[in-house]
Amino acid sequence: MSVQSPISSVNDFVVRFANVNGSGSASANELFARSILRHGVPVSPRNIFPSNIQGLPTWYEVRVTEDGHLGARGGVDMMVAMNPQTWDKDVASIEPGGYLFYDSTKPMPSSKFREDITVIGVPLTAITNSTYTDPRQRQLFKNIIYLGALCALLDLDPKVVEQLIGEQYKGKEKLLSSNVHALHLGRDWALQNLKCPLGLRVKKSDKVGDRIFMEGNSAAALGAVYGGATVCAWYPITPSSSVAEAFTSHCKKYRHDPETGKAKYAIVQGEDELASIGIVIGASWNGARAFTATSGPGISLMTEFIGLSYFAEIPAVIMNIQRAGPSTGMPTRTQQCDVIACAYASHGDTKHVLLFPEDPAEAFEFAAASFDLAERLQTTIFLMLDLDIGMNHRLCRPLKWDDAKQYDRGKVMTAEMLEEGRDFGRYLDVDGDGIPYRTYPGTHPTKGSYFTRGTSRDRYARYSEEGAVYADNMQRLVRKFETAQDMVPRPLQANAAKPTKYGVLYFGSTSPAMDEAIGILEARGHQLDRMRIRAFPFHSSVASFIADHDFVYVVEQNRDAQLRQLIVNENGIDPVRLVPILHYDGTPITARFIANAIGDHQDHLKVTPLRKAVT
Amino acid sequence: MTYIAKPKFHHPGLKKNELGYTHRDYEGKISTLCAGCGHDSITASIIEACYELSIEPHRVAKISGIGCSSKTPDYFLGNSHGFNSVHGRMPSVLTGANLANRDLIYLGVSGDGDSASIGFGQFAHSIRRAVNMTYIVENNGVYGLTKGQFSATADRGSKSKKGVTNTDNAIDLVAIALQLGATFVARSFSGDKTQLVPLIAAAIRHKGASFIDVISPCIAFNNHAGSTKSFDYVREHNDAVNRLDVLVGREPISVDYAPGTVQVVEQHDGSRLALRKLDADYDPHDRLGAMTFLQKHAAKGQIVTGLLYVDPDAEDLHTHLDTVETPLNTMDEQALCPGSAVLDKINASLR
Repeated sequence: MSVQSPISSVNDFVVRFANVNGSGSASANELFARSILRHGVPVSPRNIFPSNIQGLPTWYEVRVTEDGHLGARGGVDMMVAMNPQTWDKDVASIEPGGYLFYDSTKPMPSSKFREDITVIGVPLTAITNSTYTDPRQRQLFKNIIYLGALCALLDLDPKVVEQLIGEQYKGKEKLLSSNVHALHLGRDWALQNLKCPLGLRVKKSDKVGDRIFMEGNSAAALGAVYGGATVCAWYPITPSSSVAEAFTSHCKKYRHDPETGKAKYAIVQGEDELASIGIVIGASWNGARAFTATSGPGISLMTEFIGLSYFAEIPAVIMNIQRAGPSTGMPTRTQQCDVIACAYASHGDTKHVLLFPEDPAEAFEFAAASFDLAERLQTTIFLMLDLDIGMNHRLCRPLKWDDAKQYDRGKVMTAEMLEEGRDFGRYLDVDGDGIPYRTYPGTHPTKGSYFTRGTSRDRYARYSEEGAVYADNMQRLVRKFETAQDMVPRPLQANAAKPTKYGVLYFGSTSPAMDEAIGILEARGHQLDRMRIRAFPFHSSVASFIADHDFVYVVEQNRDAQLRQLIVNENGIDPVRLVPILHYDGTPITARFIANAIGDHQDHLKVTPLRKAVT
Repeated sequence: MTYIAKPKFHHPGLKKNELGYTHRDYEGKISTLCAGCGHDSITASIIEACYELSIEPHRVAKISGIGCSSKTPDYFLGNSHGFNSVHGRMPSVLTGANLANRDLIYLGVSGDGDSASIGFGQFAHSIRRAVNMTYIVENNGVYGLTKGQFSATADRGSKSKKGVTNTDNAIDLVAIALQLGATFVARSFSGDKTQLVPLIAAAIRHKGASFIDVISPCIAFNNHAGSTKSFDYVREHNDAVNRLDVLVGREPISVDYAPGTVQVVEQHDGSRLALRKLDADYDPHDRLGAMTFLQKHAAKGQIVTGLLYVDPDAEDLHTHLDTVETPLNTMDEQALCPGSAVLDKINASLR
């Protein structure tokens, strides 16, 4: 028998729930995470779910983190094993000294357990069956009963959980009281039969502050409401569907005319992604703010229209909630794998603006800003989320809005301007920034109309296949893209405590893991300056950051180092200076992974002067 | 070529419509299609219909896909915005445009390749959604720009110019439009302007999804013996069920019709359609009857033309979405942004 003392930790551990999807566990698990938050202790939960409706394994992982590390940690300190299908793997994944919580109604052979962990059996099915007769109730309340038991085991304040249940079932008295009853059934059983609390405990703290707990998809959708989007066309695809669904629900609350009750928005579920982007482009051409939300396969389908948006200069906002590709790939697993596909989407010479929010707060801000950018630049703006930000609740700073802010509708020539005799050339660069004026259809009886086309045309929108005319237009589009560089969110740089020759570039959902990794690396004696890229085209500070360091690590969640490729390609950087750190198994990147990869590389750098004597 | 400017001068005595516009004000650039192309006759009919309806030319948005037919919006309504979009995707672009501004008139121009082949799905779904539009397919059964391949509306057994026999079954867009709930469905022939002009006018005044299939012979690739889309074939097999007069004002019907031969349909916007029946049994309010009638006549090799179905009280997508009367594209942050106070409440609910 191995001697392994049980893990002892306050406010710093990982609990993983192994469930069967469709069993109603999600809301109990989320309640668990929220309860800890209400203790003033930050949590970072993650759903690990299959592409399936009912019956397959699903996990919900809660990282309890007093220090506020919101990236995935890796490893499991306590497994709530509710799924026989994945039992062996789940038990094996527990850290030595960890805890296994299971339904002990049916006896299990000792070979099914491990000796180096603490096993906690609660006869959940027996308790449930002796209390409830309805099968659906048995199923649902079993989840609340295990929550009650965990409450006792982890020393959670039951009043906090009760209050949350009260908020959830406000006005539904019957549901409220039955849920509270189930909670106490589990808690009381654990208090009477088990040694409570365990070595893992939650203690009240004050580390949450005024932060909010929100999913990135919902935040992006709310950003679209605040940013003035009136038309949304979409086609269901995981993990982006909840963007359109959240937009629908936000609009129902905030976008109905108070007098008439009518909708100040139009949402269409398209027959496919082609129709969705077509509707967005038609609406934007006609002066409305429009967007679609999709994922990799949808982007592939939309590329012809994206080229039209680029070349005919029509605003569009595409929210891409990235998932693991290629092809159908892993639809419910996260990656940052569409960087190249979006940056250069469509045939011919094209380049598109990409925004990389790190969390729901930035997803909200960038989503709202993307409509200003799309109309100012008259092109497609990609809001690049991923499943990790989009479909998980993430603790983030509160959302902010400046009521003095006016939408930037870009260069639109009005009937008055046309009447004044302003020269209107749809593709005429009057200001030297590469951005021409446009008119909305129906503006003026005799002036300002033009024919929009994906074919080549001159500055006055007249069809032309003249080489010089075509090249003139293509060069202006490059100028416009250069203009974009100073309009998009700038990179954020944070320098190491001591001067260092090494830097790291990262973006999007990698952010919390990177922040945590910096601390681990510092403890190992590695100093790194870091820069978080927030948009493409890259601001000039990206090139200078690279120039200022001997080596720069580029951390990303894809196989082919796509951001690194883009930097090399767009900035003419010597690839040797950019060291790829790549995580692409579909799980969210962890601080441990980054710290190990960079730390190992750094350690090797330190010993490079010693060459092998023998070859 | 289209960049050669068309002279703007016109005879000072040219007739003007109610708004004071002449016929010339509804024209566009010079057509670049082949001389004698059926599509140019449709263009002329669109110009005529808009002139007669006294539509403000700039209040029309003309949207098309790709192909010979889709080039034509450049040749009419030169003061309207046009959008020659992506192959087969006119319906989605038009749907989006319509959602952005419900106050314009939407004219979708497409071809049989554009709507029955690559864009069959978008055609079907725009009809299903009851987008308020006039959807015209200039149907010649052949790909012109790529030199004569069959399209999906080519009849089985018809011969290509090179002598190849088409073995695939044809898609009848009119039958599909009826099945999918279009509320104004017509078929006509580019060579029959007197039938076509009032149909286009009536479709424009119809609120809801209007669909007109116009057989439009391709003079270069599909006007030979053995083709079922040639001028000669269509003339010989045209079975018109009715003739139409569109009455926009409130004036009494002054045309002298023989009693019992005219059916007057009042549309939602007050316009009246006087239908002169050519087939006494044909009822344009009977969707199922229209479908059966079409099938029976198609089996006999006849091309049924006329106003085949109309629902004068149709609804459109905006009705279904219950959108505000104000065009969405005119709304600013005052109207659209819930503001910081609401955001504070949202924040509070997320803790």
